[in-house]
Order: sequence, then C-alpha cells, then structure tokens
Amino acid sequence: MKIKFPKWFYQLASPRWFYDITSKLLPWFAIAALLLMVIGSVWGLAFAPADYQQGNSFRIIYIHVPTAILAQSCYMLMAIAGGIGLIWKIKVAHVIAKSCAPIGASMAVLALVTGAIWGKPTWGAWWVWDARLTSMLVLFFLYIGVIALTSAFEHIASGDKAAAVLALVGIVNIPIIKYSVEWWNTLHQGATFKVTEKPAMPSEMWIPLLIMIIGFYCFFAVLLMSRARTEVLRRESKTDWVKLLVERY
Amino acid sequence: MSFFLAALRRDLLLTFRRRNDIINPLAFFLMVGVLFPLGVSPEASLLAQLAPGVVWVAALLASLLSVDGIFRSDFDDGSLEHMLVSPRSLLLLVLAKVTTHWLISGFCLALVSPVLALMLFLPNEGFAPLVFSLLLGTPTLSLIGAIGAALTVGLRKGGILISLLVLPLYIPVLIFGASSVQAGSIGLPIQGYLALLAAMLVLSIVLAPFAIVAALKISVRS
Repeated sequence: MKIKFPKWFYQLASPRWFYDITSKLLPWFAIAALLLMVIGSVWGLAFAPADYQQGNSFRIIYIHVPTAILAQSCYMLMAIAGGIGLIWKIKVAHVIAKSCAPIGASMAVLALVTGAIWGKPTWGAWWVWDARLTSMLVLFFLYIGVIALTSAFEHIASGDKAAAVLALVGIVNIPIIKYSVEWWNTLHQGATFKVTEKPAMPSEMWIPLLIMIIGFYCFFAVLLMSRARTEVLRRESKTDWVKLLVERY
Repeated sequence: MSFFLAALRRDLLLTFRRRNDIINPLAFFLMVGVLFPLGVSPEASLLAQLAPGVVWVAALLASLLSVDGIFRSDFDDGSLEHMLVSPRSLLLLVLAKVTTHWLISGFCLALVSPVLALMLFLPNEGFAPLVFSLLLGTPTLSLIGAIGAALTVGLRKGGILISLLVLPLYIPVLIFGASSVQAGSIGLPIQGYLALLAAMLVLSIVLAPFAIVAALKISVRS
C-alpha cells in the first residue's frame, strides 16, 4: 500500500520551502500562544477556585504541568525527527531535532524548578526522590547528553546523525526509567501527588490548565520554528536563495 | 558462530597482551569502595545499609571507565575501517567486542565483589544476590556503554562526554541491581529483580548492536 501525502508535506523536506512555509505559519502560532497563555494564566491565577487543602499554592500547576508535558513530548519529537533524518536523510528533520534539544532541556529545568517551588509548601521539601522527579531529572540528563554530543562533532552531518542515534536509544529508556523508579520508591509516594490527576479536579480548575497546555504547545511551536529557521539559514548560508534573502534586507 | 569466536579470540588475545587493562578496572573498583568507609563512616551497621548501593555504583563506574577502550585501539590503527567494509556480520563483530569488554570488566568485577562486600559488612544473605545481579546486570552496562564508546570514538575529547551520554542510560540497571542485593540481604525474594535484569539484558542484546553499528559507521565516516 502506498500512502500519498499532499504536496506541501513533501516540500517540507526542502530547507527553502520549510523556511517559506514557517514564515507564514509563525505569526499565527505566535498570536495563538499569546492569547491562550494570557487567558489561561489570568484565569488560572486569578479566577480559578483555591484548592481546599493547598490553598493558593496549587496555582503553580498552570506552569508546572504544561512544562512537564512539553519536556516529554519535545523528547519524542526530537527522537522521531532524528529517526526520520537518519532513515530518509532529510536535512530539515535534523534541523528540527537539533532545535528541539535546548527547548526540551529548558522545559525540563522549568518543570523541575516549579516542582521544587511547589514541593516546598506542600511536601515540606524542595526535593524528594520520587518517581516523577527522578525521571524528569534523567530526562534532563538525556537532553544534556544529546546537546553535548551534537556540539562535539566538527562535521555538522556527523553530529546530527550521532545525536539522532543517541536520542533513539534514549527513547527506549524513558518508559523503563518511569516504571523502574516507581517500583523502587513506592513508599515515598504520598497521596498529595494525586492532586495533579485531572478527574479529581473541578472543571473550573482544569479548563484553564488545558488552555495553558495548548498555549504552551503553540509557544513551543513558535520557539521551535524560530530556532529551526535560524539553523536553516546558517546551514544553507552558501546557497543562492539565502544570499538573495540577505541582499533583500 | 566460528566468526564470532575468532573475533572474540583476537580481542581477548590483544587484551591479555596488555595486562594492565584487566587489573585497572578491578583496582579502581576496590579503591572506590574503600573511599566510602573513609569518607562516610566506618561504623558497621551504617556500612551494611550502604553496601549494596556502594558496590553496585563502584562496579558501574569501573565498567564505565574501561568502556572507552572498546573501539579505541582498532579505530586508531585503522583496523576498524577494514572491519566495517568487510563482508562479515558487523553485529557479531560488535557483540564479540562487547563480550570481551564484559569478560575483563563485569565478569571479573562480579567475582571480586564479595571481597568489597565483606569489607563493607554486607550481611551474608546478600552475597549470592550481589554476584548474580552483577553477572546479569554488567553485560547490559557493557552493551549500553559500547553505544557511547562507538558514538565518541572519532572524537579527540571522548572521555567525559561518554559518561554524560551513558550514565542516564545506566540508571535502570543500577536501580534493579542494587534493589536485588538490598532485598536479598534482608531475606526477601530476589527472583523478580533478577528477572527484570535478565529482561533488560535480552532487550539490549537484541537492540544495542544495531545502535552500536550505526554509531560506528557515523564515527568512522566523519
């Protein structure tokens, strides 16, 4: 069976088309990200009801959960893009994978820091060797490894391929880390952690959270496209279309 | 199979001609273990509690330290390139190299580990789980480490980079390895942990060689 994709999908593989298409998409994503994040954060921080146990300290959830989700989906995107680049030798896929790594690492740091700030008033400690915390820390280390490996190669193409192999190997590890650490420290998992489960929340609390998550995804798309566009320009700096582009400005 | 044995024989022979490569990881393993009683406390009850984790961490670091050399000499003298262009199965070749690394690091470490465990006052019930978990866990470490070694073999500054790449991937093995010793030393069943270590080993034997070969091709062509 042969699957036929629309024409623009194939054109995405060309750095030049990628640059053109993203220049049209970027403003829309930027507007959506701004609107959703403003609505979500104002609603979440000012109007959502306070938690009956944690009071107002739970409101950091509106930053913490979106960053934590993004840190994980960013890794998946990085590994899948790296795999596509390895298999079909598509340059843009490697550009995407390379642009993902620093964004994902910062999201992991944000998730860890907001988690620590949230943990202090609710658990009484900045850090607990809990399953989720440890797995997020390991995810951060995996990002660091990918970034370090990409920059260690002088030859760009080899660095891309090596980082893609590492990202794909790391993907096998993500579910293992998650479950193994859960078995490792089951005693330390308090019931407090259940607050983050959506069904246990009233809708006034989770609707702004959902808005924030979608807003963060749009924000991520904006960051990713800007980084990838810069990277495309840097790598294609010897081609005619980039020279034309530079002359025009 | 005969190709695998021939490759294994060659690598083992090369290793035995440089005996330091066998002694160094073992000496390192014992020294790291000795640092803990001196650094933390020589008290027997405290050390007995720490022992499973300390022995496992020391074994992991010793294995990591020697993993950089798996492909290094073959890369430097150019024989790795010849191996990559040869018609023989690269997967078997890579498995032979990893097996050699395991025999001189993990296997020897598992045999020596009771000595360190004794010095750290590990309860008697913990000795068998320690040796078995190291025998099952260290091959996985060698396989994962070989991926990192293959990715960095073409780089001049491979040393610290390899630990950045490989250590996060070692964590699951460490968790189950140390937990099995902990469970064994207080008389709990350890079959579950050993089964998980074996599962990780099977998974990495099946998947890691592909990643190692891909990484070697990238490193050699760069």
